[in-house]
Amino acid sequence: MSRPKSRKLGGVVGTNVRRKEALDKLTGKAAYVADLEVPGALWGLTVRSTQAHAKITSIRRDPSFDWSGVTVITAADLPGMGCGNVVQLIVDDQPFLAEDVVTHPEEAVALIAAATREHAEEAARHLKIDYEPLPPLFDAESEDAVSFKDYLIEKGDVAKGFASADVIIDGTYRFGAQEQAYIENNGVIAWHDGSSVTVRGSMQCPYYVHKALKRLFDLGSTQVRVAQTVTGGGFGGKEEFPSLIAGHASLLAKATGKPVKILYDRAEDMVATTKRHPGRVKHRTGLTRDGKIVAMDIDVLLDGGAYATLSAVVLSRAVIHSAGPYRCDHIRIKGKVVRTNTPPNGAFRGFGVPQSCFALERHLDVVASKLRMDPVAFRRKNLLRDGETTATGQVVADAGESHKALDQALKQSDYAGKKKAFAAFNSTSRYTRRGIGVASFLHGTGFTGGGELYLMSEAGVALTPEGTVVVLAASTEIGQGTRTVFSQIVADTLGLPYALVDVADPDTANVPDSGPTVASRTVAVVGRIVADAAKNMGDALAAHAGFDRATPWSEARFRAAAKKWLADGKDSRFIAKFANPSKQVWDEKAYRGDAYGAYAWACLVAEVEVDLLTFEVTTLALTSAQEIGKAIHPRLAEGQIEGGTTQAMGWALMEDVVMKNGRMANGSLTNYVIPTSMETPPIRVITLERPYAHGPFGAKGIGELPMDGGAPAILNAIADAIGLSMERIPATPERLAAEWLASGRKPLIDERRDAGFAPPPRAAKSKARRA
Amino acid sequence: MNVKISMQANGAKRHATVPPMKRLLDVLRDDLGLTGTKEGCGEGECGACSVLMDGEVVNSCLVAACQADGAEITTVEGLAPDDGPLSAIQEAFWEYGGAQCGICTPGMLIASADLLSKDPRPTEATVRETLSGNLCRCTGYVKIIESVLAASRMQKRPAKKAAKKGARR
Repeated sequence: MSRPKSRKLGGVVGTNVRRKEALDKLTGKAAYVADLEVPGALWGLTVRSTQAHAKITSIRRDPSFDWSGVTVITAADLPGMGCGNVVQLIVDDQPFLAEDVVTHPEEAVALIAAATREHAEEAARHLKIDYEPLPPLFDAESEDAVSFKDYLIEKGDVAKGFASADVIIDGTYRFGAQEQAYIENNGVIAWHDGSSVTVRGSMQCPYYVHKALKRLFDLGSTQVRVAQTVTGGGFGGKEEFPSLIAGHASLLAKATGKPVKILYDRAEDMVATTKRHPGRVKHRTGLTRDGKIVAMDIDVLLDGGAYATLSAVVLSRAVIHSAGPYRCDHIRIKGKVVRTNTPPNGAFRGFGVPQSCFALERHLDVVASKLRMDPVAFRRKNLLRDGETTATGQVVADAGESHKALDQALKQSDYAGKKKAFAAFNSTSRYTRRGIGVASFLHGTGFTGGGELYLMSEAGVALTPEGTVVVLAASTEIGQGTRTVFSQIVADTLGLPYALVDVADPDTANVPDSGPTVASRTVAVVGRIVADAAKNMGDALAAHAGFDRATPWSEARFRAAAKKWLADGKDSRFIAKFANPSKQVWDEKAYRGDAYGAYAWACLVAEVEVDLLTFEVTTLALTSAQEIGKAIHPRLAEGQIEGGTTQAMGWALMEDVVMKNGRMANGSLTNYVIPTSMETPPIRVITLERPYAHGPFGAKGIGELPMDGGAPAILNAIADAIGLSMERIPATPERLAAEWLASGRKPLIDERRDAGFAPPPRAAKSKARRA
Repeated sequence: MNVKISMQANGAKRHATVPPMKRLLDVLRDDLGLTGTKEGCGEGECGACSVLMDGEVVNSCLVAACQADGAEITTVEGLAPDDGPLSAIQEAFWEYGGAQCGICTPGMLIASADLLSKDPRPTEATVRETLSGNLCRCTGYVKIIESVLAASRMQKRPAKKAAKKGARR
């Protein structure tokens, strides 16, 4: 492989320039929140509910314990501190500290600060909380479950559609929660000097935290400062949750007058923080005998947990994507997210789409099989074409890219060849079977519906006294390469060297609110605003210096123009606003219209081998073709696709959040297993590019798309291998074995034992452990 | 009761007076200021805290301070001199996208550097097996493995003696 050049003629967009944010990460210098040394900082600790649903009857301090040097805060203290008790998000239902009732296990009941972690933990053991249990509700499918939000999407007339159908096929699909499992746990440090508050920490959305703290302490915008520290992964898990931790740390900082660190350990992070919503999707699909989809009736149910958090918007994205990239004139989609007594579920890469995509793509394989059609031919027949409409009636000019993604994934995986090879393999192999499966999917770029218009994000660029350019945005680098791609976009917009551009740290004291770092929006939506601001800067500088705007900048001319601009006392900052470049029109009431500015299109082919003795599934290869408009940095784009696909594989096969009485029972990386380098197969990535007219240099969103289709493709491959149509993920060996037996099939392990073999020990292939 | 321990950390003699069962991870981070080594799980699953101890990769969250007394320790800070050129493995991770969020990177680099020192021309299968104790949630391991294989190619041909040490397992 040739070494990428950072000053390639013709610009840096589309090249693999060296990452701006990498050097510190490679030398151990990058300062994550746990690495910050803050003299005099106290250790903050959260005392949590042991009950799923209960009345708090008393909170008592053990009188035999020496409480000096320990600060305790409960909800009862907040009014006296002049503080509110609502976590600012969408619905005002979640308190920072439980008041009279706890509604989920691990809910924060009290906060403790002391000089050391050991002292704080000792104090927590001497804080006695008495509860009077109330009946909990854990089953989201129960008729007693109260809805947080309902949606109805209607296209055409679904009754008419079914009336015209030759065949109607039903299916119900269930999915478990998924833990984000970023390797850096949540953590923040807070300072409160009586009149202003500062928080630094691991987060995706500094302005979410900023809003939450303003409300908690009733402070103005300039009295609250939130700055992101280097963040060790987020995947949605650090979208809304950091507001809660930041509130806790700031309350302790206010009460003690000292800086307070709250750093979760793995166990606390896993049991107490948000996960991907579990739930179920029902499909009823009407078809003509030759396999044309004529009616889709879809019912999506998500388990929201105890508080509303982001559930309504997760559900919104889930329902909008639940009919997938397929053509159908008569669609009805119902969606509901309900309250249960588990910790709230929240944002996780894909944001509802992996759930509805799993159900649809699994169901379509079931449908194809019942129609005795090849699953690929069936998809090809029904995939949208350019200019056709989605479930919300959005006309999508580039929908035909789904066909190209399918073609490429089939070609690069040698689908046809593998089909034959696996059939041959299966005819001779006694205890293992191979199979291949496909999933087609799409993901909308940016906030749903009118979301981007509501956000009206701002971002910009600023000139430094040296005549270089700094990008100003609250969009965070959490591993995806934000600093790098923003720098590339600005460098090429102005025609400047990449080295002349850098990105400011996301600190609310210095950067405008470019919205949250979520929804696959950083490059496509915020990047476009940044590009607009850069263009304004270039035009203004050229005009001021008397340069012809049409002449490309040289570094020397740009620096000279910048110096003149600044010397004349002009504002160094150029801020631009979201301008709805795609002219999106959305009817929130009818839930119809342009749900997203753009869609990215994908197809994943999965190859698996199933061991019929142990029911372990080995993923042999994954081939992903994704049409993403333009890869600003191809290697970073591939990295997103490879990483997202791997997370999807984990959810499909091994990542099993086991809930007992509303609490995660396997809250450790020992018992909640994520893919290692051994389970992760080679991943072939094909990026297709059909430039999106309104994205920077044609880019669409890419962060979440790769998470969407992995689970169904793998489950379809398992069905192909052993004929088991799994309707529940993760498909752990235990679940596969149970389904195998439930289907009336013989356990092959008996046959093997009868033939004189001892059952093999479960293969110890997964983790090579070190002492 | 605290004990005085000493170790050769990244080539320098260092001392600390700590409880004997304090985790090596915390000694490195709190007492020696070597915060490049990260904690991910605290129970030896994720490998973010990997360091070299007397030439072997260990999870420093599972090593007690007293066990490290007198040991030679290499952390990510010891892979390249301050402000000096990066090591081949660091260069390769930069070039080939082996680091995304960076939190697993110090451990990955240590495990990879150790592999290359013992097996300068590893196969992909060997790299996968060697890194299977280091979790990464961002990359799907693809670019990490590419980076290690690239570093192997970037390294000077190993001296005969090093080559003889041969495969790890």
